[in-house]
Amino acid sequence: MNSDPPNAVARLRRYASIYAALWRNSVVREMGFKSNFLLWILVELLWFGLQLSFIGVIYLHTDHIASWTKWEVVMLVGASHFIQEIFQAFFLTNCTQLSELIRTGRLDFMLLLPVNVRFLISLRQVDLGGFVNAASGLAIMGYAARQLHLVPSPLQVIAFVLLCFVGILIHYSLMFLLASVAFWTVRAQGIVWGYYSLFNLARMPDEAFQGFFRAFFTFAIPMLLVVNVPVRVLLNRLTSPGQMFLLLGAGAVCFLLSELFWRFSIRHYTSASA
Amino acid sequence: MRKYWHVIKIGFENTLVYRFNFIIRAAFGLVPLLATIYLWRTIYRGQASPVGSYTLPGMISYYLLVTIVDTFTAVNEDDWQIAADIKDGNISQFLLKPINYLTYRLCLFFSGKAIFAAASLLPVGLFIFFLSKYMVAPPDATALGCFVLSTVLTGLLQFFMSYTMALAAFWLLEVSTLIFIIFAFEYIAGGHLFPLNILPPGIEQALNFTPFPYLLFFPVSVYLGQARGAALWQGLGAQAAWTISFYLLARMVWNRGIRKYSAVGG
Repeated sequence: MNSDPPNAVARLRRYASIYAALWRNSVVREMGFKSNFLLWILVELLWFGLQLSFIGVIYLHTDHIASWTKWEVVMLVGASHFIQEIFQAFFLTNCTQLSELIRTGRLDFMLLLPVNVRFLISLRQVDLGGFVNAASGLAIMGYAARQLHLVPSPLQVIAFVLLCFVGILIHYSLMFLLASVAFWTVRAQGIVWGYYSLFNLARMPDEAFQGFFRAFFTFAIPMLLVVNVPVRVLLNRLTSPGQMFLLLGAGAVCFLLSELFWRFSIRHYTSASA
Repeated sequence: MRKYWHVIKIGFENTLVYRFNFIIRAAFGLVPLLATIYLWRTIYRGQASPVGSYTLPGMISYYLLVTIVDTFTAVNEDDWQIAADIKDGNISQFLLKPINYLTYRLCLFFSGKAIFAAASLLPVGLFIFFLSKYMVAPPDATALGCFVLSTVLTGLLQFFMSYTMALAAFWLLEVSTLIFIIFAFEYIAGGHLFPLNILPPGIEQALNFTPFPYLLFFPVSVYLGQARGAALWQGLGAQAAWTISFYLLARMVWNRGIRKYSAVGG
């Protein structure tokens, strides 16, 4: 593969223009069903409110979960919503549809296109409602920060945003990995939705858990790092910088694993329709 | 009613195909539940006073019972399938045959739940066994008997409510958002997230005027002996009344919908 600078720039430009076309496509599709688009935003808002009211009810009866106070946990729930919604905007539908692409044989056409197939499958559709909902997560975070009299430094905010991206990368890598199971069995969709239900763990304070459960969801499936680490950075609650490196390392490992598994799968792929 | 036995048999066969998906779903669904239980354990460890009327074993039993009742009664796919049947014009055949669509769907719901419960037996059973040291027993035989009765009513109420909701497909192109919105209310006001009697008393009393507590919370509170004596019979009466009301509403909406129905694509 040629990686001369001018060539790399040309490739980047080409992919950017492909991605822009995919975006246009998504906008047109969403605007075809405007009321539906708005209703889905309402549904997501409702579920977000639901999670917040759970926290509200818990803190009617206690004033701390381990060492986390009410508004710190609200911050965590807000950040978790932000990360989940951005993930949803870019990747969720695309990951869940991989098994359909394989079952219907549409993947075969994609394999013939002169683009990176993983790029195309992962970013085919954009769910615009996700951005609106991500904003509601940020708004709640802002409110919680005011209640805590917290003014994070610019450096903290930058670190937070970067770590959020790593969190989203972890969600995407693991879900894409599970979606790739569809190359072997038609049951992959169940597994993908199963993973999605684990997102519920991400918004809980890591200190609520101990022993094997905590170790498993920190090191094996890093659900307790994805949101907790970025929020700890904002709240000045990082116990050691090691936590940040743990999240970064987890992101790199997850992405690498999903890429290796993807290459392995696609090499063994023998079309469903033939 | 041999024809409906036949429907139940078909339902068994259709659902069995998805048994693996059921097991996966049941198993994965237990992880967030376990996390919630751990969360409560951490809260109880940090303070001396109980939460509402719940001790830690009481609270953990609450979530285990929620899982049990939910496994036996929650509507999984039925509402989507009903809406799809209407949208795709599949219900036309039922209008021509001597078979009642509501009874037909009820049979499918019953067989689907039986298979789902059987498939969940392994993961849910293991889970409850794992936490069995926290599980409290019902106070007496009456409570246990009424728990079973109330769980059956919960199943029927769940079904009739979902059925009525799905019939909105006669008038609306897209019912999935509607179903999700109602589900969100059910999730919080039915007691999935937390026991309703740890809410401020005003809110809890207001909820008792809605059908939501009878979709899950009521049978669990019967098992835990929180509804006793007159309150128990009143609650069961209210649950039966809601169930019958939604049955009648379902039939009324169906009759209206049929008049509007134009068999698109049927």
